[in-house]
Amino acid sequence: MTTIKINRQDEVIEYTIPFKSTTLLKALFHIKQQEDNTLTFSSSCRSGVCGTCAVRVNGKEVLACSYNFQKDDLVEPLAYHEVQRDLKVNKQKVRETLRTSTAWLQSHQEANISTTQVQLTEKQTDCILCDSCYSSCPVLEVNPSFIGPFALTRAYRYTSDPREGNIQAIVDNIQTNGIWDCTLCGNCTEVCPQGIDPKMDITMLRGTATQFGYTDPNFQAMDFGFGGGF
Amino acid sequence: MIDVLIIGSGGAGLASALTVKERGANVLVVGKSYPTASQTSMAQGGMNASLGNVTPDSIQSHIDDTIKSSHKLCNNQMVKQLCEDAPNSIKWLEKLGVPFDRTPKSKVAQRQLGGASSKRACYAQDYTGLKILHTLYDSCLKEGIEMLEEYFLLNLITEDSVVLGAIFLDIVTGEVKEIRAKNTIIATGGYAGVYKGFTTNSEGATGDGIASVLRAGGSVSDMEFVQFHPTALKSSATLISESARGEGGYLVNSKEERFIDELLPRDVVARAISAQIANGEEVFLDIRHLGEEKLLHLMPQEVHLCRLYENVDPIKELIPIKPVAHYSMGGIDVNNNLEVTGLKNCYAVGECSNAKIHGANRLGGNSLLEIISLGRLAGKNSVGGDCHRTKNNEQIYTNQLQENQEYIEGLFEEYPWERNFYEIQYELGSKFYKYAGVVRDNTELNNFLNELRVIKADIDNMGIGDKSRENNTNLVEFLQFKNSLEVGEVLLDSALVRDESRGAHYKRAFPNEDDKLYRVNSLYWIEDDVLQNRLVKVVD
Repeated sequence: MTTIKINRQDEVIEYTIPFKSTTLLKALFHIKQQEDNTLTFSSSCRSGVCGTCAVRVNGKEVLACSYNFQKDDLVEPLAYHEVQRDLKVNKQKVRETLRTSTAWLQSHQEANISTTQVQLTEKQTDCILCDSCYSSCPVLEVNPSFIGPFALTRAYRYTSDPREGNIQAIVDNIQTNGIWDCTLCGNCTEVCPQGIDPKMDITMLRGTATQFGYTDPNFQAMDFGFGGGF
Repeated sequence: MIDVLIIGSGGAGLASALTVKERGANVLVVGKSYPTASQTSMAQGGMNASLGNVTPDSIQSHIDDTIKSSHKLCNNQMVKQLCEDAPNSIKWLEKLGVPFDRTPKSKVAQRQLGGASSKRACYAQDYTGLKILHTLYDSCLKEGIEMLEEYFLLNLITEDSVVLGAIFLDIVTGEVKEIRAKNTIIATGGYAGVYKGFTTNSEGATGDGIASVLRAGGSVSDMEFVQFHPTALKSSATLISESARGEGGYLVNSKEERFIDELLPRDVVARAISAQIANGEEVFLDIRHLGEEKLLHLMPQEVHLCRLYENVDPIKELIPIKPVAHYSMGGIDVNNNLEVTGLKNCYAVGECSNAKIHGANRLGGNSLLEIISLGRLAGKNSVGGDCHRTKNNEQIYTNQLQENQEYIEGLFEEYPWERNFYEIQYELGSKFYKYAGVVRDNTELNNFLNELRVIKADIDNMGIGDKSRENNTNLVEFLQFKNSLEVGEVLLDSALVRDESRGAHYKRAFPNEDDKLYRVNSLYWIEDDVLQNRLVKVVD
């Protein structure tokens, strides 16, 4: 027997799970199927690859299918998403960041790709779009228009692809509310269930942006006595 | 008006959508979940194409292997077309940016899968499906393809067998809506989810599109053929990819003895494992000898899954496994143009369809190929022919929307709760596994079919406890359950009819292939509310 608490917007409800620690998703299914049909959450593959069941447990993002619940865990929906009901959130709006950042192959060019080059973004292409990183990102608290970690990781993945013939198009599209807004706090890296490091990807993108003549606007805004904007 | 409505947003749906768009027609993709949540994300091993990048290979070898694996139940012409197009399909994906692994010579890397005569499966670590799916999704965003998420298919709209579009439940708002289109492509995935608790498939693999075709008067075929994957984790039924054996993993019993050539076709390996289990042995996958470095590079996902769901470290320990339902070969019956039998202006593609390329047993690596190659073919055909001849059908009145609205409304009004459908779903899942599993028996099948029919007739005594209109996943799960009953009935009936053993369908009392009587596709449809069937001879 274990109790867990679920934040269902109007109230936090405590449920008793009649079995010992297993995945949180199993516990959620137990509640829905045996106790309360109205408990609402999203899930699909049960094996950590479809990205559907991310929630927050005690303030930290996890995949419900890949997390073993503990006594008195507090389960909540992802942050910075419109909560549709209980743990189910609207991901549509957040997915708009993929359009904003134009994180796709802009212009295909023939290229010889080496094993090393594939490995360079092997992790980044493991992304399952679970939105955990987005939910953990403190920048969204102050700037809801921030493109956010997963879209920037995806942008980096395409800029690093030898087949990309127009890196600049992506770089141009992640300047506003993009790479320079990140505080490099590393929350995203910590919560990613796939071990992706968006913080590093954003740092890399800053480097690429510099090659295209962009500079850190925060740095420009700071006046070091050179009068700025020289 | 929409030229092409695509129902289902997995790999097949998205490949079709991109092709429709390439050809200048307008397209709408509608799915019950988010595109990247589809079953395609779970495909690990690879995608076949006879590139010969690692070992010598030819299109003919790919054709031969596929035909052999199908146990003479495939359509040779479709297989030939598929295998010939495979290298093009890889090229197409390469152009979209799929990050396939590479050989030291910078070619697309290929690995060995069971039943293949060469290293033929192109892969991206063990995330091949995931990376293909996400790249397709990125490409759809790039092309501005409109996608509607969380729309659950209720029924196809038909008049005189012409499909005019479909009716959906908008899961978020709870409204029942119709979408009209000149042509419809069904790409809704398979039905191995009926083996609930004993399947690698996601929660949603309930054969929704297949059931909708049956209700609309179209035909389905070869539903008795369900592939059992030999190696799923024992306690959670989570898939451990065939690549684990392809890379040299062993199958061993409790005495740590090997008992089968691990690279034989899936049906043979699954039966050998079942026989061991029936003899009281436990069966394990042993990949320890491959070494930590290799495992972490080639199978990072497998290592992760074993640790998470089975609590074993495959680098040091044996992995307990069992065979579980993995892929449905049967499905919506289509002709060589992928048009649905019995319906017009309607195509089906991917796991929901039976294009007769897998026959009685699918070759590993051919399903990702199918969704891409035939997905593109469906897209091409849907704009090439009838679409431009089809008139705007928005003016044609049918009362189907109203009927569907009334049905859903009815579910909100009553709540008998005499029987908890979730419990029945699990119970049925284990019975499907037991009686329509790796080894089958007529008496057991017959008893179970009768039981299933009683449950089906009792559906009105079940219902939804959740009366909220918006975001009602209880309602969606109930509708899925209903679909799985309709699809499951055909599965059992066709398994009962086929008194032979062929590929994935194995009957204890009829252990051999009987070409004279059963080299046939089993066709099912509903006429005057009664399930009808006919056995159709396979023509070479």
